[in-house]
Amino acid sequence: MEWETVIGLEIHAQLSTVSKIFSGAATAYGAAPNTQACAVDIALPGVLPVMNKGAVERAIKFGLAIGANINRESVFARKNYFYPDLPKGYQISQYELPIVEKGDITIQVGDQEKVVGITRAHLEEDAGKSLHEDFHGMTGVDLNRASTPLLEIVSEPDMRGAAEAVAYAKTMHSLVQYLEICDGNMQEGSFRCDANVSVRPKGTEKFGTRCEIKNLNSFRFLERAIEYEVARQIDILESGGKIIQETRLYDSDKDETRAMRSKEEAFDYRYFPDPDLLPMKLSAEMIAEIRKTLPELPDAKRRRFIQQYGLSSYDAAVLTATKAMAAYFEDVVNKAGAAHAKTAANWVMGDLAGALKRDNLEITHSPVPAGKLAGLVARIADNTISGKIAKEVFEAMWNGEGDADAIIASKGLKQITDSGAIEKIIDGIIAANPDQLAQYRSGKDKLFSFFVGQAMKATQGKANPQQLNDLLKKKLAG
Amino acid sequence: MINSSLKELSAALAAKKISSRELTQAFLDRIAQLNPALNAFITVDAEKSLAQADAADKRLASGQGGPLTGIPVAQKDIFCAKGWRTTCGSKILSNFVAPYDAQVIERFDAAGVVNLGKTNMDEFAMGSSNETSHFGPVKNPWDRLAVPGGSSGGSAAAVAARLAPAATGTDTGGSIRQPAALTGICGIKPTYGVVSRYGMIAFASSLDQGGPMAKSAEDCALLLNAMAGFDTRDSTSLDRAPQDYTRDLQQPLKGLRIGLPKEYFAEGLAPDVARAVEAAIAEYKKLGAQTVEVSLPNTQLSIPVYYVLAPAEASSNLSRYDGVRYGYRAPEYTDLMDMYKKTRAQGFGAEVKRRILIGTYVLSAGYYDAYYLKAQKLRRLIAQDFTEAFRLCDVIMGPTAPTTAFNLGEKSDDPVAMYLSDIYTIAVNLAGLPGMSIPAGFGANGRPVGLQIIGNYFAEAKMLNVAHQYQLATDWHTRMPEGV
Amino acid sequence: MSLTEADVLRMAHLARIEIEAREVAPMLGQLSNIMRLVEQMQAVDTDGVAPMAHAQDLSLRLREDRVTEQDQHAAFQAIAPQVEAGLYLVPKVIE
Repeated sequence: MEWETVIGLEIHAQLSTVSKIFSGAATAYGAAPNTQACAVDIALPGVLPVMNKGAVERAIKFGLAIGANINRESVFARKNYFYPDLPKGYQISQYELPIVEKGDITIQVGDQEKVVGITRAHLEEDAGKSLHEDFHGMTGVDLNRASTPLLEIVSEPDMRGAAEAVAYAKTMHSLVQYLEICDGNMQEGSFRCDANVSVRPKGTEKFGTRCEIKNLNSFRFLERAIEYEVARQIDILESGGKIIQETRLYDSDKDETRAMRSKEEAFDYRYFPDPDLLPMKLSAEMIAEIRKTLPELPDAKRRRFIQQYGLSSYDAAVLTATKAMAAYFEDVVNKAGAAHAKTAANWVMGDLAGALKRDNLEITHSPVPAGKLAGLVARIADNTISGKIAKEVFEAMWNGEGDADAIIASKGLKQITDSGAIEKIIDGIIAANPDQLAQYRSGKDKLFSFFVGQAMKATQGKANPQQLNDLLKKKLAG
Repeated sequence: MINSSLKELSAALAAKKISSRELTQAFLDRIAQLNPALNAFITVDAEKSLAQADAADKRLASGQGGPLTGIPVAQKDIFCAKGWRTTCGSKILSNFVAPYDAQVIERFDAAGVVNLGKTNMDEFAMGSSNETSHFGPVKNPWDRLAVPGGSSGGSAAAVAARLAPAATGTDTGGSIRQPAALTGICGIKPTYGVVSRYGMIAFASSLDQGGPMAKSAEDCALLLNAMAGFDTRDSTSLDRAPQDYTRDLQQPLKGLRIGLPKEYFAEGLAPDVARAVEAAIAEYKKLGAQTVEVSLPNTQLSIPVYYVLAPAEASSNLSRYDGVRYGYRAPEYTDLMDMYKKTRAQGFGAEVKRRILIGTYVLSAGYYDAYYLKAQKLRRLIAQDFTEAFRLCDVIMGPTAPTTAFNLGEKSDDPVAMYLSDIYTIAVNLAGLPGMSIPAGFGANGRPVGLQIIGNYFAEAKMLNVAHQYQLATDWHTRMPEGV
Repeated sequence: MSLTEADVLRMAHLARIEIEAREVAPMLGQLSNIMRLVEQMQAVDTDGVAPMAHAQDLSLRLREDRVTEQDQHAAFQAIAPQVEAGLYLVPKVIE
């Protein structure tokens, strides 16, 4: 039987506020255990939650960016369960009335565009962390993360495979960073994915029983976990078994998913409106003010890059993947001239991206800033250097040897474009290689590259390649 | 001196006739002498209290004192006070020394009030007799066979027995008014949101409200001036301009329209309580007031509604007592689940457990709509009853409790019978209205009767005026139990 | 709807309160009495009535996003049952 995979994602994006969602404690990552857990965060008797405006603003900004409804009245509810990293014994979340409902986002899978529905996005507080290193057979609890604001973004079950799920997650990851509502740091857990995965016979409507996979803290793990889980479910179904609805944990070391023991029992969260927090009513003015702060969104930027700079759809998608890369690219183009956008794109996506990856650097910390790369692009464009020499110049710039012009001058890399000079060199080579000349003229065309090589060697690669080719062809022809 | 009003004590302190240290010591001596029999206090710390008294004396000496500077006030053990053991009447917090101050405590500190100690209470304020306290029941100073009411029974008994000039209480379903009535003192539960809940250990968050308990309405007004105020740390605290609750005390009552809900004078009201309340209303008529019959048709429903909403909120509010970060942890357990279950089984008393289980049940999957949501809808109908009634009157009056103080042990095995004793007080909390109780004589057994005064939202100054004028004309509030 | 012993045990488990076998029957009796009281609510028609969650019909106040709290973990952990290296210790958690 042919199977179809159905995936919906729940993404938890930590909002980039400086203080917690319900308290004035700091949210900075990496502090010593419990030093950022205040009286409210550790749920001392008598403390009360007070809502952070910064978290609300970020949620609204997100909702506007995905064209969703911003509920003018939303309600905070308590989700009751016991866990050592949940100090109050309940998590404050939104249940019946979330702040954001019904939006969508366009993702790109290969050459195809696809619209994925967003069911809802709601505000809630994060839990602390249980540290499972052994403390005499006990677990340590750090509550620094408790009450950090989260936006839980719930998609429709619109994805049909791991590739779409990854594309969706990456698009969302890019969006929250564009909006500057989340730092997107997946290692630090700022952006986490849970995947609801099921399979059904292709062509049928009814959804299969789903499993929720947790702990997917990289796009690679997301992909592998889904692939594993889909294969597992198909195996079970094809051997006549049934899928049990459960929560599973992805183990990246073993590259498999397994049922979570702590989630074995059926939960009854007993949601009810939090009596400590009044309904959150948002004014049209507040929403309008936030709308004004929306930046150009990735999708719009991608379309503009195609239209304005004549880039391919693929190039535009790569260059707009992050706001920083798009900004860098546009900075280069502005300085080098829009006519050279394609060259600029190739350099940003090629040598620059490669060097950044090699040295594990963010584009914002590139040793070659946009202005310097623009200088290099300009010298390629005006034929001062060839593309090949440009690579040498780029490496020198990367190593801090100055800007393109200085490096070209100091290393004598300026391209030879004087036809007379090139002719003179060609004449010398032809004279020195009479045998090869004879063979070429008798039909051995392949020897052309021998003469090009000799000429480049003689000019240390500085001869303008096009001119050299043209002149060489003429001279060899006799 | 132990019978002096706060105004008199304040004048004596200002005139240096007495120091705060002397005053505080005098009450500490009374506590040492009488508390063993009454059990009104859970924690007394003379050293801390006297240090605060000394600070108050310095402040008075420098002319920086306010109307309450140097006056000792007993605090219900539900208010977190930094450095003070704060138990909420429970074993689970029996070792909890609060690392921070409640807003109410901060405001009293700022006013120069001396914390005289932490008073006994029903465990987590769940009770109407003070018998659910882990620290033992409180005795009613009028009759030690009787309960003082609850949950603020320790505060009520302390004021009634003159172990403290005044005290604080909290009221979720009558926990200030009912013990005030049963011990012959005054207590006011303000409009929900007037007194900050920050640092006041939660029972049922949408109903809990702190307030003063004292000998007279005038004392209550002075205390409320200190306690009330906007607090950014409580999202349900009301952002209103500061009030002077003494401002209307002297207003005459001529033309006052008193609403008498017929449901409050129906079956279930003890005849001796009815007689005392009717006599008080007759007195009001002499003072120029007129009465009008009103109806609060959903009164009977207030008890079932309350026993859904309050346990539901409580079941969630009390989840934080899990033996992880503070408080009691069971000494022996096999694993995490066992640690939770043993800690909570050993740490909570029977009434608290009952309410947690009821609250868990009414919120659980499949029952939410039938119980919790239904109760919230009825809560609106109950609140609307009052809105209708206040179209016809300025204040509502009736009994605070259907009987005078019952005997210790009389209802402790029958939770439902205990719940029914809050029939006249609970609806006020559901509506979020202010309510108070003032002494209005005695029942057949010589135990005090309380008159309840219910006001419209934010009518505290009016209610205090109504109570004060009655106290100028009568002397019930000056009566003191024998043998104290 | 009448409560059963299974309900009592389920609630006790959800609420993490150990309940001994001999306690179940009396607890069921007490809770059933309370639920009988509660059932009185069902006699009233509440169709079309909006639920009332709060005493006042107000909107949530929002606070500015500012750090106002200092590290107090030493004071907080002085009253904790078991701590080590700044962490609260609990019996082993299994994921």
